[in-house]
Amino acid sequence: MTIQERQDQIIEDFEMFDEWMDKYEYIIQLGKDLPQIEEQYKTADNIIKGCQSKVWLHADYLDGKLFFTADSDAVITKGLVSMVVQVLSGHTPKEIADANIYFIEKIGLQNHLSPTRSNGLLAMLKQIKMYAVAYQSQALNK
Amino acid sequence: MRDNLTVAAGTLLDVQKLRAEFPILQTTVYGKPLVYLDNAATTQKPQRVIDAITGYYSEYNSNVHRGVHYLSQKATAAHEESRHKVAAFINAPHVHEVIFTRGTTDGINIIASSFGRKFLKEGDSILISAIEHHSNIVPWQMICEDRGANLKVIPVNNKGELIMDSLDDLLDETVKLVAVTYVSNTLGTVNPVKEIIERAHQKSIPVLVDAAQAVQHIQLDVQELDADFVVFSGHKMYGPTGIGVLYGKEAWLNELPPYQGGGDMIKSVSFKKTTYNELPLKFEAGTPSIAETIALGVAVDYLQEIGIANIQETEHQLYAYAVDALKTIDGLRFIGEAKNRAASISFLINDIHPFDLGEILDKQGIAVRTGHHCTEPIMQHFNIPGTVRASIAFYNTQEEIDQLVAGIKRAVTMLS
Repeated sequence: MTIQERQDQIIEDFEMFDEWMDKYEYIIQLGKDLPQIEEQYKTADNIIKGCQSKVWLHADYLDGKLFFTADSDAVITKGLVSMVVQVLSGHTPKEIADANIYFIEKIGLQNHLSPTRSNGLLAMLKQIKMYAVAYQSQALNK
Repeated sequence: MRDNLTVAAGTLLDVQKLRAEFPILQTTVYGKPLVYLDNAATTQKPQRVIDAITGYYSEYNSNVHRGVHYLSQKATAAHEESRHKVAAFINAPHVHEVIFTRGTTDGINIIASSFGRKFLKEGDSILISAIEHHSNIVPWQMICEDRGANLKVIPVNNKGELIMDSLDDLLDETVKLVAVTYVSNTLGTVNPVKEIIERAHQKSIPVLVDAAQAVQHIQLDVQELDADFVVFSGHKMYGPTGIGVLYGKEAWLNELPPYQGGGDMIKSVSFKKTTYNELPLKFEAGTPSIAETIALGVAVDYLQEIGIANIQETEHQLYAYAVDALKTIDGLRFIGEAKNRAASISFLINDIHPFDLGEILDKQGIAVRTGHHCTEPIMQHFNIPGTVRASIAFYNTQEEIDQLVAGIKRAVTMLS
């Protein structure tokens, strides 16, 4: 599934929910599916510190693709992180670097992307893009 | 929760009637009636304050203090009338001791800079408390760094009360000024500022009181407190943003150098030498926030009309009701359980992240604040990432507290 297809699927999944509560319960559930970052990688270097909640992120580069594991200390943020990881994990650095992430707005959680909210999600997206760009230039230099 | 506060016996307010004058309290968010419990961040505005702003701009907008024409005179009169109202409200001996600022933060920066430049030397110190807002920490840190002085801190116990036994030792000969909050924005602790002032004055040390969280809840009498400087914000007392008050004793304000240079603060200017204006304009460089100043005066009138003693009584009852109601929630623990508290209640529930709880409350139309509330040292003291804070105003109701409690219980079910 491409990054776009996966995003469209998430948007479709969220269209089922009329009630905000069901939506949030689904997000919280998704957080439980997040590929857990190994404890050894839960270091200060891998922490994306927001004002309120924290996100830890680790990237593995395998066969030309990037795979992410992560965690957060807030469960709603963790659910959002889980969706971002589902969308972007397993793609090439170029695909990730070029990706336009639009599903967060479409499912009505754009407030999580506000810089003043600083809950780590926006910073995490930036970090993922940075990893992608770094691996992309590494690959080009080889 | 207020044993050693001076309470003029107030009567309970007719809250439903008063709420009707606040347009925002009639609105809904996400289709649900707004339950606004973030009053420590800012209070909502009664219609007459909103009208004062539009009235100024539609009827007599003009620059103050210099125009000979009709509008300027009218604006100047209204602007200066606000100063009289504020002076009366806090019982300042002289009207020129009331300096208009941009807010509490601005007021503290003025004193930190002007006092620091004049009186702080290497090895001197400023004494603050462990439960200050960042705005009563950072300006002092900056001037201390600049002057080679030290910042000393009155410690806090696990209830969120200042450890007053430490005060005499802390007030040594290096201390040039004490800056302390009247009411904690995070814990709700009401500090014994009168006692702190008395004990500092015994050693001839001046005291600045941060009254940002006090002036809208507790009768503030600067003469009774004998405070040297008092700062507060308009927007937390039902007035507009961008306007605040610095009260200073005349003798101190005359001693201090101006903070900013510019128009209004001068008597005469030549390239050789500028003579500064007298109080209060010496500290009010540039065109002031005229509409906001006038509207602050209207907010002060409003508070005088309903009566701070009545507000205090009404809020005290609601606060006690809220504490009791929150206690019924399994796993809830209060952060800050000082004997004397007002307005703000901070809490956590089990290991639920405050951010998650705040978001689920928001979706139910309940506005609370989550995070460190610009008091990171308090969070470090309690070793927590943040709290959920509900902060009340006189216009809040028991029904709203019930909705908060129900909302929390719903959130806990979802988040556990």
